[in-house]
Amino acid sequence: MSDLIPEVGSTFALPKLELDGLLSNLRKFGYQPIGPRVEDNVITYAPLSSLDDLPRGYTSEQDAGRYRLIYTGHPRYFDVTPGAQSWKQFLFPPRSLIFSARRDDGKWKIQEETKALPSYAFIGVRPCELAALLIQDRVFLREEWSDSIYRLSRQSAFILSMNCLHPCGTCFCASMGTGPKAETGFDLSLTELDDMFMITIGSEAGRLALGGLNLQPASAFLLQAVSKGLEDARKRMGRNIPDTEALPELLLGNLEHPQWDDVARRCLSCTNCTQVCPTCFCWDASDQLSISGNSSQRTRVWDSCFNPDYSYIAGGNTRPNTRARYRQWLTHKMASWKHQFDVLGCVGCGRCITWCPAGIDLTAEIAALREEKVTS
Amino acid sequence: MTQIALSSMSLVTTKPMLPSWAEIMNIQAEAPGIATYSLRFVDHLVRKNYAFRPGQFNMLYLPGYGEAAISISSDPENRETLDHTIRSTGNVTQNIARLKVGDQIGIRGPFGTSWPVEQFMGADLIIATGGVGAPSLRPVIYHVMRHRQDYGRVVLLYGARTPKDLQYTNEYESWEKAGIETMITVDRADESWTGHVGVVSILFYRLRMDPKKSVIMTCGPEIMIRYVVFEALARRVPSSHIFVSLERNMKCGLGQCGHCQIGPYFVCKDGPIFSYEALEPYYSVEEL
Repeated sequence: MSDLIPEVGSTFALPKLELDGLLSNLRKFGYQPIGPRVEDNVITYAPLSSLDDLPRGYTSEQDAGRYRLIYTGHPRYFDVTPGAQSWKQFLFPPRSLIFSARRDDGKWKIQEETKALPSYAFIGVRPCELAALLIQDRVFLREEWSDSIYRLSRQSAFILSMNCLHPCGTCFCASMGTGPKAETGFDLSLTELDDMFMITIGSEAGRLALGGLNLQPASAFLLQAVSKGLEDARKRMGRNIPDTEALPELLLGNLEHPQWDDVARRCLSCTNCTQVCPTCFCWDASDQLSISGNSSQRTRVWDSCFNPDYSYIAGGNTRPNTRARYRQWLTHKMASWKHQFDVLGCVGCGRCITWCPAGIDLTAEIAALREEKVTS
Repeated sequence: MTQIALSSMSLVTTKPMLPSWAEIMNIQAEAPGIATYSLRFVDHLVRKNYAFRPGQFNMLYLPGYGEAAISISSDPENRETLDHTIRSTGNVTQNIARLKVGDQIGIRGPFGTSWPVEQFMGADLIIATGGVGAPSLRPVIYHVMRHRQDYGRVVLLYGARTPKDLQYTNEYESWEKAGIETMITVDRADESWTGHVGVVSILFYRLRMDPKKSVIMTCGPEIMIRYVVFEALARRVPSSHIFVSLERNMKCGLGQCGHCQIGPYFVCKDGPIFSYEALEPYYSVEEL
């Protein structure tokens, strides 16, 4: 053990294999470490038992409607950009029970859903994903009301973020101001070099988690390698949206633009973009009645503004076609979200581009909306 | 070593999503497919703490069927029971229509913004409504009857498809008596009908109003709202004095499930009642 005194805000070097010690520290403190793993040729987020579970040597090739996981054998554990899953599934589960109702002697009684939640340690949260958590905080943790599942798992979550040195083809976090470096909101922030992690302590919990580990001084050489790597990453974003400040006005000022008709001809309204989006928060509630008719479970499930039922009311459907639904999605994400939560709803992770079966690319749609209309 | 993981023992609570039971005390048939249900919370503490403002709504719940967002149609100052006037049309409301006196309905609420009755004391109120929009405005009528001296002229423009479809028919006389000018119209008359024929918005042509003193409150079918707003604006009522109530798909009432959005607004919490001034940029776009 070194003589270095770790403090919140300070940066150290950590030999790669020491990460195993960090995971066991976290486990000792009661956390369940969750991190990237290879499953069915895609990166998923699942419990980690050791460093060997991590996707060391993998990289991913991503483009509109295309995802390929490639093994190159490089020495880095966290070089691969995220797959379809996001951390959202742990804080805002795809399906959760709201309450059960039981009928006894003709009268219904409601049983509130109460259960204990595990404390998660999220290992390898990308800066764009961390930004997505901070955005969902604004959605689920409001002054007047907060979602209890989200609040409890969020408060107890340990966040180890991982800066990005190798963005993929659909990444545009640099445009959205969310990456490639995490600035805030982490307990520990790591950058992975070939033979070292550089580690910055973001909180007291982060400091404690480093207990007993072989921390080494952050040499000027290593620090420079990190800043050079991040600078290069910034230049290698696969996608780009210029002038994001102007987006709310651009989108809400072009609600009748012919581009909405154009994209509606390509969009399948399949909901993939909303399911993979780390900030999309819409949900539906439905009842499952038992066969006896005497008990019912009310559950919350992820919904999507692309579902036909989403905007259905007795008088008809307020968004009866794909044009209206795509317009709602993009204008919400990139414009009205700002009015609602004081930030845009997009973090530039590129999932909606990668996982769109029709290869629709929101950065291209926005570029088309920006083009001067040709009037004849 | 310090224990830093906090909450492996913390418990989830889903309270804001839990309904309270209310018993049906009375069912008043209003029109074909429409009835008013008087409800009383079973739990006396809930009953004591429950208060709503005119225009707010509840989420009504039937186990196995789900929830529906329905306006509260009773007197806000009656703290014993509350009314919902419901048209049997969807999954939940069709099954509410099968209930009897003594049966129970789950209620969450009240939710949303209210009609600006306090903001516009002294003004002329023009209430324009049709179909099952009327229940949302009935609490305003109750409020005016209790505080008539607080307002100038109060006019009700109310329409239904046929005379049989009119709701609250036994109350018009008391409204008139309380100083509410009640103008009623039907789209299609029958042989018994001697009143106005035509859509609600044409009643504006029979109305002499002072646009500078008037506040418009309107709720009903979207097409009716659009024409009422058109007639009001044509008479130079400022858009900040026109209030509309919107209907959208809703699952939570908390501005959370996302369904009810129009532009930047969550209709369940930023609405359902909006000033037209705030709503216009979005309401004027089709299918938004």
